[in-house]
Amino acid sequence: MEPIRQFRARTAALPFTNIDTDQIIPARFLRTTERAGLGKQLFADWRYAADGTPRPEFALNQPAAAGCQVLVAGRNFGCGSSREHAPWALLDYGFRAIISTEIADIFRSNSLKNGLLPIVVDEASAAWLLANPGVELLIDLEGNRVVLPDGREVKFQIERFARYGLLNGVDELGYLRSQEPAIARFESSHDRAGA
Amino acid sequence: MKTMFQKIWERHEVVPETVDTPAVLYIDLHLVHEVTTPQAFTMLRGQNLRVRRPDLTLATMDHSTPTRTEQVFGGAPITVESAAHQIAELEKNCRQFGIELFDLRHKLRGIVHIVGPELGLTQPGKTVVCGDSHTSTHGAFGALAFGIGTTEVAHVLATQCLLQRRAKTFAINVEGALPAGVAAKDLILAVIGRTGVGGGTGHVLEYRGSAVRALDMEQRMTVCNMSIEAGARAGMIAPDNTTFEYLAGRPRAPQGAAWDDAVAAWRMLPGDPGAQFDRELTLDGSGLEPMITYGTNPAMSIPISATIPALNEDPAHRKALAYMGFEAGAPIRDRPVNVVFVGSCTNGRLSDLRDAARVLRGHKVARGVQLLVVPGSQQVKLAAEAEGLDRVFIDAGGEWRESGCSMCIGMNGDNVGAGQVSVSTSNRNFEGRQGQGARTLLASPLTAAASAVRGRVTDPREFLNG
Repeated sequence: MEPIRQFRARTAALPFTNIDTDQIIPARFLRTTERAGLGKQLFADWRYAADGTPRPEFALNQPAAAGCQVLVAGRNFGCGSSREHAPWALLDYGFRAIISTEIADIFRSNSLKNGLLPIVVDEASAAWLLANPGVELLIDLEGNRVVLPDGREVKFQIERFARYGLLNGVDELGYLRSQEPAIARFESSHDRAGA
Repeated sequence: MKTMFQKIWERHEVVPETVDTPAVLYIDLHLVHEVTTPQAFTMLRGQNLRVRRPDLTLATMDHSTPTRTEQVFGGAPITVESAAHQIAELEKNCRQFGIELFDLRHKLRGIVHIVGPELGLTQPGKTVVCGDSHTSTHGAFGALAFGIGTTEVAHVLATQCLLQRRAKTFAINVEGALPAGVAAKDLILAVIGRTGVGGGTGHVLEYRGSAVRALDMEQRMTVCNMSIEAGARAGMIAPDNTTFEYLAGRPRAPQGAAWDDAVAAWRMLPGDPGAQFDRELTLDGSGLEPMITYGTNPAMSIPISATIPALNEDPAHRKALAYMGFEAGAPIRDRPVNVVFVGSCTNGRLSDLRDAARVLRGHKVARGVQLLVVPGSQQVKLAAEAEGLDRVFIDAGGEWRESGCSMCIGMNGDNVGAGQVSVSTSNRNFEGRQGQGARTLLASPLTAAASAVRGRVTDPREFLNG
C-alpha cells in the first residue's frame, strides 16, 4: 500500500442514513474471483436505470461530482454485509475517504485494510458537509483533522495501529506473521486445553 | 466480575492489546465459502504462504450455488456462469491448500452457519469467524463469533489470528413468555426495531432473560443471526443444558470423557452475576406480536396489526416508502404478496420448516403466489423429507429445493422480480437484496406461510387459533 499522509479532494454527498453494502455493491457483482474493476458497479442500482442508462438525478452522475474523492454520507454508512468488495468498489471508482457521523464496524475495518479512510466527524460538521457538496477539503491523517474551505478544523480519530500502517504504507499481515513465536507458544497450551 | 464475552476474549488473547496495538486474537474455527475467499487465497499465493491450521478450517459452498435438483445432482449445467466459476475456484483452492470442503454434491453441504452447528463444530467458548456477517449465528452456543472481510480471511488462513480491539458489551434482556404465534424472528425484529440498525455498532450483544432462556437452540440461532442487523458484529447467549443437549452426540462435538470435561468447562462460561455491561436494553417478551418489516432496513419493522409509521425528517424514510410503494399511515396487513421465501441462515433450519408446514398443512398457496422453500442444509433437507414436510410444501403448491442461501441474497439466479412483494424469512430487506427492484418484507416462517396461503400479508394467529 502507498503511504497516506494528507491530500486535498472535493466531496460528493449522499444524504441518506444507513447506506448498506448491498447499495454500495449489489450482491450479483460478488460472483467475481478478482478484486479489480468493481468501480463500474459502485452503487449500480442507484446509478443506472434497469436498461443501463445513468440516472441523471443521482448525485454521482451529476457533472459536479466528477473527480470527487471524498464521499460524505448519512449516519451508519456501510452497514450490512462483510463484503470487502464495498471498499474495493469505492476505491476503484476513485474515492479515498468516507465521511459520516457513524461508520459500520466491518466496513470500517475492511476500509482501513485497503487504504480507504473511514472518517467519523461530529453531527454539525457532517450536516454542513452534506448540505455543501463539492467543496474542497484537506484530509490530514498525520494531523487527525479535516480542514474545511474556511479554514475550520474538524478532528477525527483513526485506530492507532491502523493509522500507523496507513501513514507508513505497511499492511497488517506482516505484523501478524512477526508474532509467530507467540502464536506457536499460545497454541501449544490452547490446543491441549481445548477451546 | 466478568461478562461471558470478557472471559472468552481473554482466553484467546495471544498478545493483549495496548494503546498502540490491537490484541492478537486466536481463532478456533474458520468457516470458508466461495464468495468472500477467492481473493484471500490469491493473497496467500502472492506471498507464498500456506494455511497454518487446515484442521481448524472448514469450507462449504452456499451463496452462489444452484438450488434446482437437476443442476446439483442431475448433471444439468449451472445456469449462472460466474457462479459456476466461483464454485470451481473454491474446489481448486481447497485442494491446493488442504482444506476440507463440502462440495456441491456432498451430503453435509449447506449454508455455512447451519453446517457448523449441526456438525457440533460450533461450541461454547470458541472463537468462530467467517467472511460473512451472519457468523454472529454461532454466538447462540456461547461462542464469540463474528464476520470478517476478505483481507482478514487471509490473515486467519495464514496465522490463525486476527488483530482486534476489544468491543464494548451490550446486554439485551427479554423477560416473560412469548405469546403463541410469536417466534424468535419476531423477538429479534422487535429488538432491532428498538436499537436501530446502527445501535449495536462497536458492541457485542448478549441476549439474556427468561424469554431467551426458554428458546431452543434453533430459535437462539435465529436471534443471534440478526445481531449484525443491529450493527453488532457478534451476539451471544450463555450456554446451558439446552445447549449441551443439542450438542451431545453430534459428530464433531467432543465424545466420551472429553465430552464430560468440555461440559464442565462450558458451565464456567456464563458471565459472573453482577458483571457490568456498557449498555443494557430490556424488553417485555410477553407483550410482543408477530413482527414484519415495511421498509428497506431490518429496523423498519412494526407489529403485524400496526400501520406504517408517519414520515419523519429522515430522507431515507421517505426513500424507503417510495421504493416499497407503501403509504405512511396505511395498514401493513392485507398488502398483496407475490413471492414467499422460506429459508436462509436465519430461518432455514428444521424447526423453521416445521413452523411453515404447520400453517400450510391442508392449505393451498394463493393463486399467483410463488412459494419457494429452501432448506438450510442437505441434512435439514433429509430430516424434513423423513417427516414428510416436503410433501406438505409441494401439495400446497410450493417449490422444494436443494439447500443454499438462494433467494435471501439472489446470487444464484433465485430472484424476486422488480416491483414484486416478497414475504421472506431471511435477514435483509435492503433495496434490491432479493433482486433488482424487489420489495422484501421480513417475517417469521409462520407469518410467511400464512401470507402465502392468503396471498396477502397475514397474521399467522388466524391459522393457529382455528
